[in-house]
Amino acid sequence: MKIVADRDVCIGAGLCVGTSDTVFDQDDDGIVVVLVEDPEGADADLAREAVSLCPSSALRIVD
Amino acid sequence: MTQAPPELPLHMRRDHFDPVAELAEVRESEGVRRVTSTFGMPAWLVARHDDVRDVLADATRFSNASQLAFSLPDDPRSAEEKRKALAGQMLATDPPDHTRLRRFLTPEFTVRRMRRLEPRIVEIVDQHLDAMEAAGSPADLVPSFALPIPSLVICELLGVPYADRDEFQHRTARQLDLSIPMPERIALQREGRAYMEKLVAGAKADPGEDMLGMLVREHGADGLSTAEAQDGAAEITDDELAGLASLLLVAGHETTSNMLGLGTLALLRHPDQLALVRDDPDAIVPAVEELMRWLSIVHTGVARTTTQDVEIAGQHIPKGELVLCALPSANRDPSFIDDPDTLDVRRGSMGHIAFGHGVHHCLGAPLARMEMRIAFPALLKRFPDLASALPFDEIPFRAYHFIYGLHSLPVTW
Repeated sequence: MKIVADRDVCIGAGLCVGTSDTVFDQDDDGIVVVLVEDPEGADADLAREAVSLCPSSALRIVD
Repeated sequence: MTQAPPELPLHMRRDHFDPVAELAEVRESEGVRRVTSTFGMPAWLVARHDDVRDVLADATRFSNASQLAFSLPDDPRSAEEKRKALAGQMLATDPPDHTRLRRFLTPEFTVRRMRRLEPRIVEIVDQHLDAMEAAGSPADLVPSFALPIPSLVICELLGVPYADRDEFQHRTARQLDLSIPMPERIALQREGRAYMEKLVAGAKADPGEDMLGMLVREHGADGLSTAEAQDGAAEITDDELAGLASLLLVAGHETTSNMLGLGTLALLRHPDQLALVRDDPDAIVPAVEELMRWLSIVHTGVARTTTQDVEIAGQHIPKGELVLCALPSANRDPSFIDDPDTLDVRRGSMGHIAFGHGVHHCLGAPLARMEMRIAFPALLKRFPDLASALPFDEIPFRAYHFIYGLHSLPVTW
């Protein structure tokens, strides 16, 4: 699995960072940064949860 | 002369903590029902979790800006004044205008920024608990704890003098109260606007370290008109700055404070769960999410307007109609969560939509979460014998307010 973030539509809500701060971060402007593009194990589960929570649909999973 | 308060629209009706049975009936039957909106206009009420999430996620077909086409009854303002009053009001914009405005503020609400605020919030909570303890039992939890903590936090963050609190706390509470006649609410909105314009002028003359000062330093513009700004300018106009700051001041007052008051009462009514939040440091994170879900204090976000013909839950809705999302109903949808009417702080997670969803998802959510995660356990630890001083049926709920809560909560300890 690969996590892809669309930084143009991100609204900086931070739910992804709140879900996993090992997989996701926010830059100084609050916009998402993917730290681990291909998370595994428990991180992969958290990444999937973050994708489903993202309010602006800025995150998606590419297989 | 007093006027009888208007009949509450269906989406605002509650039985203490719970949405009324009729709302659940809409959700369990057709899912979408023709209702009368808060301002007496016809609207479609969407009651199921998945449908509400779909509507909120789709800013293209469900517009926040188009509501401006509807004029409110008894509104004496000129078109020019309304345009000025709407500058910077993110909740009345769609992308890309919304994206431009929101991005001025996202740096201020990152998870990292919130962590830096944490020690100051702990200090503010402790000061208010000290004052309550010094004054002694009994006390009204709303003016001594639930309201002043988020009020002081948002004031310091924004750069609004807390010394003016009596003035703006009164104003923010009444502005969103449906039982107050519309002309008075508009007058309060005008006063609030004038107050904020004065603060913006002060911040421009001498920008401080607060959010207003930051916005002036990084994005301040002289002589830029709002029309030019809406073409995607990196600068923010004075009108927009006053609008953004007004929105944050109201939002910072009317949300977390009601969660702190109503949430404390909910815990007092569930003593085993209260004990868990008080005694187990790991309990508070899920507890805040479950309290948010179960209480869903925002009845509905801003009404959306359909920009084209749509279908929701099999119901055809033509272009140009109002759509309201019933957040308490959605958060108690059995297809979203088992046993939805039960409060169980152990199971809380972030999948609820009490903060909304889509591009208008609550900007202040990370701040609200942090305030609640600090304030609830601190209150319960300081006063382990906290109890309501009134029988449950005598506690005054804020039925007519756009955001649900308690007028007061007398407590003993």
